Amino acid sequence: MQREITCNQAINEAIGEEMKRNSTVFLMGEDLYGNPTFGGKPLDLSLKKRVLNTPISEPSFVGAGLGAALTGMRPIVKLMFVDFSLMALDQIINQIAKITYMSGGNAKVPLVIWAPEGASGRSAAQHSQSLEGIFVGTPGLKVITPSTPYDVKGLFKTAIRDNNPVIFLTHKRLNYLKGHVPEEEYLIPFGQGTIKRKGDDVTIVSWLYTLNKSLVAAEQLKNEGISVEVIDLRTLVPLDSKLILDSVKKTGRLVVAEEEAKRGSVASEIAAFVAEEGFQYLKAPIKRVASKNVPIPFAKTMEDFVLPQVGDIVKAVKDII
Amino acid sequence: MNISKSKLINMYEKMVQIRLFEEEIIKLIGLGQPLGMAHLYIGEEAVAVGVCSNFLDDDYIVSTHRGHGHCIAKGVKIKYMMAELFQKKTGTNKGKGGSMHIADFTVGMLGACGIVGGGIPIATGSGLSIKLRETNQVAAAFFGDGATNQGTFHESLNMASIWKLPVLYICENNLYGMFTPASYALSVQDVSKKAEAYGIPGVTVNGMDVIDVYEVTNQAVKRARNGLGPTLIECKTYRYYEHYGSSTDSFYRTKEECEKWKQRDPIKNFRIRLINDGVLTEDKLYGIEEKVNAEIEEAVKFAEESPNPNPEDALEDLFV
Ligand SMILES: Cc1ncc(C[n+]2csc(CCOP(=O)(O)OP(=O)(O)O)c2C)c(N)n1
Ligand SMILES: [Mg+2]
Repeated sequence: MQREITCNQAINEAIGEEMKRNSTVFLMGEDLYGNPTFGGKPLDLSLKKRVLNTPISEPSFVGAGLGAALTGMRPIVKLMFVDFSLMALDQIINQIAKITYMSGGNAKVPLVIWAPEGASGRSAAQHSQSLEGIFVGTPGLKVITPSTPYDVKGLFKTAIRDNNPVIFLTHKRLNYLKGHVPEEEYLIPFGQGTIKRKGDDVTIVSWLYTLNKSLVAAEQLKNEGISVEVIDLRTLVPLDSKLILDSVKKTGRLVVAEEEAKRGSVASEIAAFVAEEGFQYLKAPIKRVASKNVPIPFAKTMEDFVLPQVGDIVKAVKDII
Repeated sequence: MNISKSKLINMYEKMVQIRLFEEEIIKLIGLGQPLGMAHLYIGEEAVAVGVCSNFLDDDYIVSTHRGHGHCIAKGVKIKYMMAELFQKKTGTNKGKGGSMHIADFTVGMLGACGIVGGGIPIATGSGLSIKLRETNQVAAAFFGDGATNQGTFHESLNMASIWKLPVLYICENNLYGMFTPASYALSVQDVSKKAEAYGIPGVTVNGMDVIDVYEVTNQAVKRARNGLGPTLIECKTYRYYEHYGSSTDSFYRTKEECEKWKQRDPIKNFRIRLINDGVLTEDKLYGIEEKVNAEIEEAVKFAEESPNPNPEDALEDLFV
């Protein structure tokens, strides 16, 4: 039987393995001792010194991650939710993203900032956001957005070994998603998307939780005779632009589906990119499926309406077929 | 201090309202009613009520993720709060906010807040507004022990101090920020010590005793209204339930510790005191409790019978 673990366990395994492999790797964040396990096993006590509970001080513990990274450590900074990264944006955008460049390439910043994002149901406007656009729009940050336990583990290990700042975004709804993760070590390089499902009529590009919705939509559309290719980007910076263009070249149609508010989203960036570089392949307008341009409301009726749903993806595909 | 009989009765009633409102929430959670993330205030009622009983309707407060108590103490109507938790159109926030964002500007309740430390500058700004408008109002920021490690706390105290703003900084030190003990996360044992760095008074008070809280706040309110500036008040208190939700299982604190604090229950002890001091008879107190019970029942009925928002309502209220 293939071993199956959750996304949470996959990250814990990645961190535990990398901490054992390299004594400069350490983890800090709020309330980590709520769950002091790595890979579902109790924390190896020899690693305890390198798992630091922080006070509720996001600007300073994120910035401290930079200071430690500049001086020989490889920090992993855990933000409880991505919403709280907004408290630390000076450190992330003014300092972390820029210091390598500002120093003419002399600064090395092996720092991972791990933040779960997305709506998980009635958590309202300050605990439900998807914010990848802020990071993607900031030169100097790598932005990783995996959707399966396998990808989570392989990409997290790569992130820890990277000598540049990495924003590692997970989706709260995927925390307990199970999937195959081999016992043997593997790494997944940044900048490589995967084709989750082959198809001919239309390409859906997606990531994180909306990828799952895209796959459901593709299955529904198949029953109606529409053949959909679904691409999981896995990493937004670097972006696998070739994979997207090759697919659009084949299908001639593109839907980008994700959870951010539509205006200013990464979906918008990808749509613009394809309009610029692949216009000649397009048989129809590009569609973006994303959240409506309002904060995430509390009540379920409204929250469901604001978030991108399977039905919205199906409709977007049909609109351009 | 001489507190009028009617004020004492009002304080008791408010505390009972908070307790029973949240006990109703616990019951509803048990019945599977989806209420979102409810951070319960039970155990800490003396703080909200002791502080807010010094305020007039046009004074301001800013609250936290654990805001039900502050809302009720400041006069937000229970039935609209309940409707909000029920995700209804008739809720304080039309179903858009939920527990962590209840606000009612008509009673000076400028909003709960889902971001730890996020509300402190807002209260500071309402104090600045009072000063610029030259009124006699005051403002209060409520926040937890954990929030005092946030830069906003320090920056706000400094600004309020240099500008002599009429703001009360009320720290609810319930010994934990989520699972992390204050004894680990704070550089000092008493939050009130932090006032020293900003040249303002800092007081620690028994947050389980509504009269103590009332009296200390009363002095601070006088100072503020007289243009003498802010005060930091630390109320030592305890939350009986988990960080959020209705569980009482805590892996990071002991049953004995919880029991010890429950012995000091703010409502039970205030009740005994009111009887012993001859303020009210057992019968009269029971009458208050019955009245509040009926009020809560009515609030639930109102919430249940209220209409859901339409999906498209989500697109409204972004700008006014
Ligand atoms: C900026 C920010 N960081 C983290 C959180 C997650 N969080 C919510 S409440 C809380 C603990 C707050 O502790 P404290 O201020 O003592 O308030 P208490 O819950 O004890 O009333 C944490 C870490 C948050 N909401 N906002
Ligand atoms: Mg606390």
